Amino acid sequence: MSDSSSRTGERPSYYDRHDLGRFSEIGRGSPELAARFFDYYNAVFAEGALSAREKSLIALAVAHAVQCPYCIDAYSKDALEKGSNLDEMTEAVHVAAAIRGGASLVHGVQMLNHVDDLGM
Amino acid sequence: MGRVLPTLAKARAPLAAAAVQRDRLDRVPVARRFDDALADSGLFPLTATRVDILQINLGKRCNQTCAHCHVDAGPDRTEVMPRAVMEACLAFFEREEVPTLDVTGGAPELHPDFREIIVRASATGRRVMHRCNLTATLLPNYADIPALLAEHRVEVVASLPYFQARETDAQRGEGVFEESIAALRRFNELGYGQGTGLVLDLVTNPVGTYLPGNQRSLEAHWKRQMMTRYGIAFDHLYTITNMPISRFLEFLEKQDKTEEYMARLVAAYNPAAAAGVMCRNTLSVGWDGTLYDCDFNQMLELPLAAPAPRTIFDAVRDALDARSIVTGPHCFGCTAGAGSSCGGAVA
Ligand code: SF4
Ligand code: SF4
Repeated sequence: MSDSSSRTGERPSYYDRHDLGRFSEIGRGSPELAARFFDYYNAVFAEGALSAREKSLIALAVAHAVQCPYCIDAYSKDALEKGSNLDEMTEAVHVAAAIRGGASLVHGVQMLNHVDDLGM
Repeated sequence: MGRVLPTLAKARAPLAAAAVQRDRLDRVPVARRFDDALADSGLFPLTATRVDILQINLGKRCNQTCAHCHVDAGPDRTEVMPRAVMEACLAFFEREEVPTLDVTGGAPELHPDFREIIVRASATGRRVMHRCNLTATLLPNYADIPALLAEHRVEVVASLPYFQARETDAQRGEGVFEESIAALRRFNELGYGQGTGLVLDLVTNPVGTYLPGNQRSLEAHWKRQMMTRYGIAFDHLYTITNMPISRFLEFLEKQDKTEEYMARLVAAYNPAAAAGVMCRNTLSVGWDGTLYDCDFNQMLELPLAAPAPRTIFDAVRDALDARSIVTGPHCFGCTAGAGSSCGGAVA
């Protein structure tokens, strides 16, 4: 469904929470690719070796790592609906933060290598 | 127990009046009306199948004042089912051979004749269910109730919004969680939830404005959590959607979220859930004997549609089967996602 108001006039900001509900409109340009993506997406989040609840917590952590406000919105709600609680969700965000922080820091070893290479 | 708030009735809040609630719900702009959604699913007009469950609401007295309570129950409420109504309910249950009696409230234990109702109803040999808020069974004058329920093999359906204190206490009042766990332990000790045939079911509902998750996977998760954290066993977990009625409606209004919540329910409309709504096989009796299609219609004061009988005194099962059900925007609460009923998800 297209929303004509979204294509005209001033947008309040680059991110609008209502755009999350319009995700499927991404199929307007290439329905086939969108369909393949959404099929894949749904398959990924189905109950499997990991439970749907665990996958939702992973998604929440990744959403913070990639800093996607749409995904943070969607997976905060989804995690609650899947039965997770604030403690678990906060720990998931810390996992994202630890990996992000650690990933920056471990690159410090590359810096050290360069310093070693360039130094006397 | 900590926080016990005044009910809407006590606070003389406008939403204490069913008519004000109905008017507010009618004014929420929604993508489609409930009857149109039913029609699209080939279910309009919604009709009852037959009365499999007689649900009797013993009144609005409760020892708690949960923030989401659709009854607006609490210690300051005085409505209790008079004896004459109770006798008519039991007579109907026996005479019409209704398979299940579902006893609700308020806290049904607080009714002066609760014990007698349990004893007489279970003497029929049919299924009797007791909707228990858990903490009421810890009150000094009610400590005998769990053993009485066990003796008469009554199914216990206990409300516990979440398996942690923070979430449960936020909705039900400070300290409620700890007491609920103590009450559950007692039921376990009596053999409830242990595969002995004494059924202990838990009811969870979202602590907020989101929908409940998948009942089956939540049940598995809850069973692990309740056992490892507290050593508590139970039989089934039922997921129930918060209905935009009474105190939950008041909460939505205060947060300015009524429209957003209704939109969420409407967007999640599921035809399969609509086909299985509980009003189709339930008859709900109010404390004063008035008949309703469900406990929610009861709280919104939407009685059975004519020509169905008005009260339990003139109820006959034949006149209730195939009756037209009275619906409204609140019905989207029963049909969102996997659906919601007193027995949990329906689709
Ligand atoms: S939800 Fe149940 S326990 Fe809570 S106030 Fe209402 S009737 Fe009482
Ligand atoms: S609110 Fe009552 S009448 Fe409406 S669908 Fe649910 S059970 Fe049926």
